[in-house]
Amino acid sequence: MSVGRIRHSVLWYDRFFRYVFVASAALVGLIIFAVIFFVARQGFLTFTAVSPWEFLFTTNWNPPAHYGALTFIFGSFAVTILAVCFGGPLGLAGAVFLAKVAPEWVREVLRPATDLFVGIPSVVYGWIGLSVFVPFVREHVGGAGFGLLVAGIILGIMILPTVISVSEDSLRAVSPALEEASYGLGATRWQTLSRVVLPAAAPGLVTAVILGMARAIGEAMAVQMVIGNSPQFPRSLVTPTATLTSEIVLEMGNTPFGSTWNNALFFMAFTLLVLSLAMILVIRLVVRHRGATP
Amino acid sequence: MNKYLADRLATACFWAAAGVITGILLFFLTHIFWRGAPVLSPAFVLGPPREMTAGGGVGPQLFNTFYILVLSLLFSLPVGVGAGIYLAEYARPGPLTNLIRLSTECLASVPSIVLGLFGAVVFVWYLGLGFCILAGAAALALLNLPVLVRVTEEALRAIPVSYREASLALGATKWQTVRRVVLPSALLGMVTGVSLVAGRALGESAILIYTAGLSVSRYFPDFNPFVAGETLAVHLWYVNAQSLVPDATRIADGSAALLVLVVLIFNLCIGIPSRILQRRLLGGGGR
Repeated sequence: MSVGRIRHSVLWYDRFFRYVFVASAALVGLIIFAVIFFVARQGFLTFTAVSPWEFLFTTNWNPPAHYGALTFIFGSFAVTILAVCFGGPLGLAGAVFLAKVAPEWVREVLRPATDLFVGIPSVVYGWIGLSVFVPFVREHVGGAGFGLLVAGIILGIMILPTVISVSEDSLRAVSPALEEASYGLGATRWQTLSRVVLPAAAPGLVTAVILGMARAIGEAMAVQMVIGNSPQFPRSLVTPTATLTSEIVLEMGNTPFGSTWNNALFFMAFTLLVLSLAMILVIRLVVRHRGATP
Repeated sequence: MNKYLADRLATACFWAAAGVITGILLFFLTHIFWRGAPVLSPAFVLGPPREMTAGGGVGPQLFNTFYILVLSLLFSLPVGVGAGIYLAEYARPGPLTNLIRLSTECLASVPSIVLGLFGAVVFVWYLGLGFCILAGAAALALLNLPVLVRVTEEALRAIPVSYREASLALGATKWQTVRRVVLPSALLGMVTGVSLVAGRALGESAILIYTAGLSVSRYFPDFNPFVAGETLAVHLWYVNAQSLVPDATRIADGSAALLVLVVLIFNLCIGIPSRILQRRLLGGGGR
């Protein structure tokens, strides 16, 4: 083979693989639009039979007569807020500990430990909730045990690794010069942390909490196992209720594809999709606004 | 309040938080293995499940778990790594690159139950596959993709620019540089990333219930990708939620322990050798 032909085939491969990579990137970029399109199209079919007002603002869920999904929307927001209340402060404190307080050997032990939290599958979290937390709450707090409280606690634990790793990264990204200046002025570690490091890392910490919320609102299996699965508006933290995700998991198998009931479940999925995409956009705004990377 | 006292108090709080986090983890792991270890016999791990009577195992579920994982990686690895290479090596800053980045980020944030419904619409109904292993693997591949893109891009960006410059200066094309220089150096970082993806995929259930289905084949092992294939994680949910067997608690305990064990062993098998290898190759330190 002549040198020219080898050269030619080398250039041909170069161009070919460039197109392969461009095509894979384009494919990955297109998937989200396909997801939005198919879930939205199926979901919006609901409104050929049900008024949007009834779906979004009434609580009577009794298909095929009534399709009021407000209970589920409220439930999803409630467990998310509870999860952030339990997991947010604990995760942020854990991140500060790992980034700034812990001695080297403690950090070496604790870092893989937080990775282990990620390794536990979400059904196993649900199973622990079912076999430990539900009976405990039933005996010591009252009610059925199933409900928002246990779901919030389990989700709070599940978002810990997300909150810890993202906020630890942002705490480490704070310039050491800022910290040294503060220590140089005679500040204690807590003064330095609370007045210098935490404000400087704020966009990253907000990002961490929002990512945790996105994880909590979308979690299906663990919540379904401990929420009680009753389509009633919760009167307390320990009465059985339901969320968007738990209702989809529960009813998807019993409804024929294309029925109004089934379409209503798709619209719930679309609501979840919109909420989690909105969170990503909020993160982008927070990061751009403060001009820092998370 | 005295500022030194406040500092002491704050430090105590941070230690307490770390103690609580470690305590929760230790409690969870002891609970899982204390309840599950007595159940884990060869008959349970490899045996067939039963519908109505006690004494069933989870053999087919364990097999399906790995089969679906392998198939999903088969779909997602080429595309995910390709897109990662594009973003790290080829993409120029601009609106199109930004759009790809943003939509990958958005895909990563889609709840897995929503991806499960998407998989049910597209793979199960429109493509007419029905509840089957192939549909489950395809849906799971969508979940893996954004993470694979990110770990590939990060692994490639960690390679010094001087490597690429040296290769290009010798007259290599971009593809030759990527294949012979950049990818081999980034391989270990990518393997670690893939092990993370796989660990997550092994425990995933929401995406599989309405794509891979809730039943298992009568034959074992069954490599036919067009039959329904319940995985271990889905089985754990199923026995808790709606199973009719009298020993559902026992099976749930055993499945939970087995599932966590499988994920841990998988991560250890890939994580530790790659870390040792990395130390040896890079002469200590590591990343």
